[in-house]
Amino acid sequence: MTMRVNFTVNGRQQQADDVWEGESLLYVLRERLGLPGSKNACEQGECGSCTVRLDGVPVCSCLVAAGQVEGRDVVTVEGLADFARQRAEHGHGGRQRAEHGHGGCATGACGTPLQEARRWSAGGTDSQTGEGAELSPVQQAFIDAGAVQCGFCTPGLLVAADELLERNASPSDADIREALSGNLCRCTGYEKILDAVRLAAARQGEAV
Amino acid sequence: MDFLRPASWEEALAAKAEHPAAVPIAGGTDIMVEINFDHRRPEHLLDLNRITELSEWEVGGESVRLGASVPYTRIMEDLRTELPGLALASHTVASPQIRNRGGVGGNLGTASPAGDAHPALLAAGAEVEAESVRGSRLIPIDAFYTGVKRNALAPDELIRAVHVKKADGPQQYAKVGTRNAMVIAVCAFGIALHPGTRTVRTGIGSAAPTPVRAEAAEEFLSAALEEGGCWDSGGAITPSVAKRFAELASGACNPIDDVRGTARYRRHAVGIMARRTLGWTWEQYRRSGRTLEGAA
Amino acid sequence: MAPDTRADAVPAGTPTKVTQGSQSRGGIGESTLRPDGTLKVTGEFAYSSDMWHEDMLWGQTLRSTVAHAEIRSIDISEALAVPGVHAVLTYDDLPTDTRNYGLEIQDTPVLAHRKVRHHGEPVALVAADHPETARRAAAKIRIDYAELPLITDEASATAPGAVLVHEGRDDHHIGHVPHPNIVHRQPIVRGDVARARERADVIVKGEYVFGMQDQAFLGPESGLAVPGEDGGVDLYVATQWLHSDLRQIAPVLGLPEEKVRMTLSGVGGAFGGREDISMQIHACLLALRTGRPVKMVYNRFESFFGHVHRHPAKLSYEHGATRDGKLTHLKCRIVLDGGAYASASPAVVGNASSLSVGPYAVDDVDIEAVALYTNNPPCGAMRGFGAVQACFAYEAQMDRLAAELGMDPVEFRQLNAMEQGTIMPTGQPVDSPAPVAELLRRVKARPLPPERQWETAGGEADVRALPGGLSNTTHGEGVVRGVGYAVGIKNVGFSEGFDDYSTARVRMEVVGGEPVATVHTAMAEVGQGGVTVHAQIARTELGVTRVSIHPADTRVGSAGSTSASRQTYVTGGAVKNSCELVRDKVLEIGRRRFGSHHPAWATAELLLEGGKVVTDAGEVLSDLVDVLQDEAVEVEAEWRHRPTEAFDLRTGQGNGHVQYSFAAHRAVVEVDTELGLVKVVELACAQDVGKALNPLSVVGQIQGGTTQGLGVAVMEEIIVDPRTAKVRNPSFTDYLIPTILDTPTIPVDVLELADEHAPYGLRGIGEAPTLSSTPAVLAAIRDATGLELNRTPVRPEHLTGT
Repeated sequence: MTMRVNFTVNGRQQQADDVWEGESLLYVLRERLGLPGSKNACEQGECGSCTVRLDGVPVCSCLVAAGQVEGRDVVTVEGLADFARQRAEHGHGGRQRAEHGHGGCATGACGTPLQEARRWSAGGTDSQTGEGAELSPVQQAFIDAGAVQCGFCTPGLLVAADELLERNASPSDADIREALSGNLCRCTGYEKILDAVRLAAARQGEAV
Repeated sequence: MDFLRPASWEEALAAKAEHPAAVPIAGGTDIMVEINFDHRRPEHLLDLNRITELSEWEVGGESVRLGASVPYTRIMEDLRTELPGLALASHTVASPQIRNRGGVGGNLGTASPAGDAHPALLAAGAEVEAESVRGSRLIPIDAFYTGVKRNALAPDELIRAVHVKKADGPQQYAKVGTRNAMVIAVCAFGIALHPGTRTVRTGIGSAAPTPVRAEAAEEFLSAALEEGGCWDSGGAITPSVAKRFAELASGACNPIDDVRGTARYRRHAVGIMARRTLGWTWEQYRRSGRTLEGAA
Repeated sequence: MAPDTRADAVPAGTPTKVTQGSQSRGGIGESTLRPDGTLKVTGEFAYSSDMWHEDMLWGQTLRSTVAHAEIRSIDISEALAVPGVHAVLTYDDLPTDTRNYGLEIQDTPVLAHRKVRHHGEPVALVAADHPETARRAAAKIRIDYAELPLITDEASATAPGAVLVHEGRDDHHIGHVPHPNIVHRQPIVRGDVARARERADVIVKGEYVFGMQDQAFLGPESGLAVPGEDGGVDLYVATQWLHSDLRQIAPVLGLPEEKVRMTLSGVGGAFGGREDISMQIHACLLALRTGRPVKMVYNRFESFFGHVHRHPAKLSYEHGATRDGKLTHLKCRIVLDGGAYASASPAVVGNASSLSVGPYAVDDVDIEAVALYTNNPPCGAMRGFGAVQACFAYEAQMDRLAAELGMDPVEFRQLNAMEQGTIMPTGQPVDSPAPVAELLRRVKARPLPPERQWETAGGEADVRALPGGLSNTTHGEGVVRGVGYAVGIKNVGFSEGFDDYSTARVRMEVVGGEPVATVHTAMAEVGQGGVTVHAQIARTELGVTRVSIHPADTRVGSAGSTSASRQTYVTGGAVKNSCELVRDKVLEIGRRRFGSHHPAWATAELLLEGGKVVTDAGEVLSDLVDVLQDEAVEVEAEWRHRPTEAFDLRTGQGNGHVQYSFAAHRAVVEVDTELGLVKVVELACAQDVGKALNPLSVVGQIQGGTTQGLGVAVMEEIIVDPRTAKVRNPSFTDYLIPTILDTPTIPVDVLELADEHAPYGLRGIGEAPTLSSTPAVLAAIRDATGLELNRTPVRPEHLTGT
């Protein structure tokens, strides 16, 4: 038995077919929709590397059954810059975004077309000069503060940190630690991650 | 495997009646781990996410009717006054991401002795609202846990809500884990003072085959408080009373050695937590003589 | 060869060249940013588990459920009959006579042959159209095991009549080990311990136990194998050393190395755990058998069986000292549990023995280190590699000696600290700065974090800053502070006579009117920032701003392993060397074109700076664009550090090491003494890095290494049941690594005392901070509790006597 699931990802209507009932949202994003940015480090809700926004709420996508996202709205790290930009422009992003995203599944060949799915393999924007990239403040701060090493925890941390700053524009260190306590990092010792969130908060404060 | 997606509570009950072995999935924080790691392949998964009333709560005169899927995040943020012990317990659940998905219904359904909510529910006093196509009933929390990962639900029943007594006095909750966040309980302890009835209730997690109350400790303490006129005077609890309470709480444990801790440590730690949480709640009671928010 | 642009020719996730410019000079010494940073924060950076190919199959490994057993039979018929299954392979399907692999000793079967030697050993493989199909099929493979007696420790390994984990050993260590269940033994004897012992006023003996730590990198073992039309295979994988994998993979497949084309996919951390082969050969076998691309991704459970761990160890130490605080001698014996297969055990033994004295001057030593073969999980490389276990023991000894003598533990260490010129127990002189005493001085001089740091301004307790954290176990009750110090020594690079080299291909050409350098190496970027440093070196040496980093693959020569803190030294050295050769050629072209225009072309020392050829006096001779025009200059060259020697098998004497790295820590902890819970409040580090090529990355490495040391001090341990040799906690639920709430502030003090033998004077830095962090935390907990604590990690039971 398999099933079909329709939902919105990063403002775009998506359809996944032949989904096995035991598949997680994470698997569908990574293997069926060409969105492998959300990471598969533990698949037991202990590391946060698969964190996405589900109807605006940060969740571990590995613990959401694919069938549970029918009709719902998901934001992944791939859509974070866009999400943050729209939030800055129109106030809160979240569900409303779905309507003015990239439109529906015009071709009928739903799921991400192969060409689209491969887009992520051909990146090449410059982290140092900023050429060619549009990043959210949190993404830029992670690069600038040296918060990225192997980077496997980064997508989940970015989604969680972005949501923290959405709720709390000037978090204390203890607030940052608590908000990110569900995201494991094995490389950095977290110090530069704290730096990055402080930096993003400070820049956000200046911009207001 | 089949994925059932009832759009209403009635549909969910009908589906559960038709497929009593169907495994309900709400927050997914237990069942998806079991599926991801190939520990479980139920014939039917019964998705409860579309049933919005499960994520709602109603504050009544005596108790809070807490929908089975109200996320822990909501409990710790919005129900601190009414359910301070459960709010504190909710704050110790796993990570922010898990607290955004998981709810008390999952803890009750799984009935693992390590579930974080149980000691708080036992201490506060609660009833589980179970429903099936046959009708609805309230199961007292003291009768709900029937064995290791077993509960009093009939195969065709689903948990609609849990009715938790509103706090009429200070409540506390403490949990030992070997990490400062995102950790499964090695053991846990909940306490609730009930000045209205001049009783004390407790709950112990992860230190027996099921969540249990430390009844001897409760009785001893209630008697000691009564005897000393403490409820009225707000007088201090003597160290010897606190010590005895801790010993009796420890004695209520029937733990095992496992990869997370030894039985001996669990007994010891439950005693320490019993003494400390008693101190915190009693201090709160003395200071204010009324219900206080937990510091969730 | 022109790239094939057909949609199905290149798998999604194939790494591409990353080009980075710079608004500043962007050379060495600057904190330039990661060239892959944007890709990593947008989710576009493709890790090995992100690889995807149309029509790919999923590979699944079936692993043993018992630790030591004879395999009587394997029945795959039911599995093969599952719809969607394309292949099921066992040992009998291996295509050639090369059926084992291994880093140094080829003792590890690709698939178990008649016997399994540890829990979780691969027995069979399945390829199917969906991972669930593969799992269901694997579950249908019937294996009949007849269990064998277990070897689980030194006593059972060397008992009379002990079962041999490996029968018929013919490796090069068998001749000098006292028992076939010992992989390797390295004694080190120097001076006269018996006489030195007579001078001692105090003798301190200690027995120490170090638990089994896991690398716990977040990116699981994974990759994609794509069969080629030429009968070869393209393998995209996360590893630490492409060419070492290649040497092990090709013979098993029966292919020449050039037909196994390996490309490094994104690596989600390594820390030693990717030095050995995991799914590489399996994926290739399935791809070649089915003719379809095959993807394999371990889940976290399997990952705990998919790579080696840090050797658990038992260490017996005896030190003596005179009343005035000088060490007289050291006797020690270190027993490392290597588990069922050799992996890196012999080299770990070499490190443990040669660094067992620590960063101290001791002339009279009697040292022995051994690694066992047992039926426990195989152990091998992990950050710190043998030096970690020893540091835990000798630093505990230093504190006990100081206490015994009534001395301050830091002063006692400083009194015995090694310095440049000190002779190692192996007889090798330390020939570059060794600022051990200074590092200790620096961490000690730092102001302490305020007492009761957990109290809010309003006098309330913030549980997030207390032991137990969010679990709300204390509001200050039972909490006692402790402070502890430790310092360590780690070798850099491959030691003991290994031909440790790297290769770099550097190209310079004009692209879009600008000189661009392209650096192509096979270095595995595992997160450490090697790619950042390569761009910096190219800018410094070639005077360009724009640098392209070519994906790492086997189309260029070996870079050696991303381990032993060696890549910035060795592949950095190779990039520098190749850049210098490119520069010579560019100048040659310049002389050819413009030599007659200015005499300085012939007479002056010429440099490439700011896109120009300049004299050492700063006079501009030409733009690089004009020199190069449409010519491209390319050089591929190998580069080696100074050679080392093997240690003598009886005396341990020999110039075995290339360079050392030193770090010191001060740990401040608060312990809930009643519940046995620990909060590390601050973990300050001082480290000599020789030269910080990228200060931001250097500090990041030190903080990361420090945190892994913290983990094994208070929570991280793979627990193996001694009765069954089975792993009891293969999950992130029960193998705990520090969260951000467990990790304190980690102030870092970086010294830069150049090692004149190394490129730019740099020192390998990645491992040293992992060494001293653990004993510093343990010392602080001892200080807080007064307990002896001879075992790490410390559990609440140890602190509460329960």
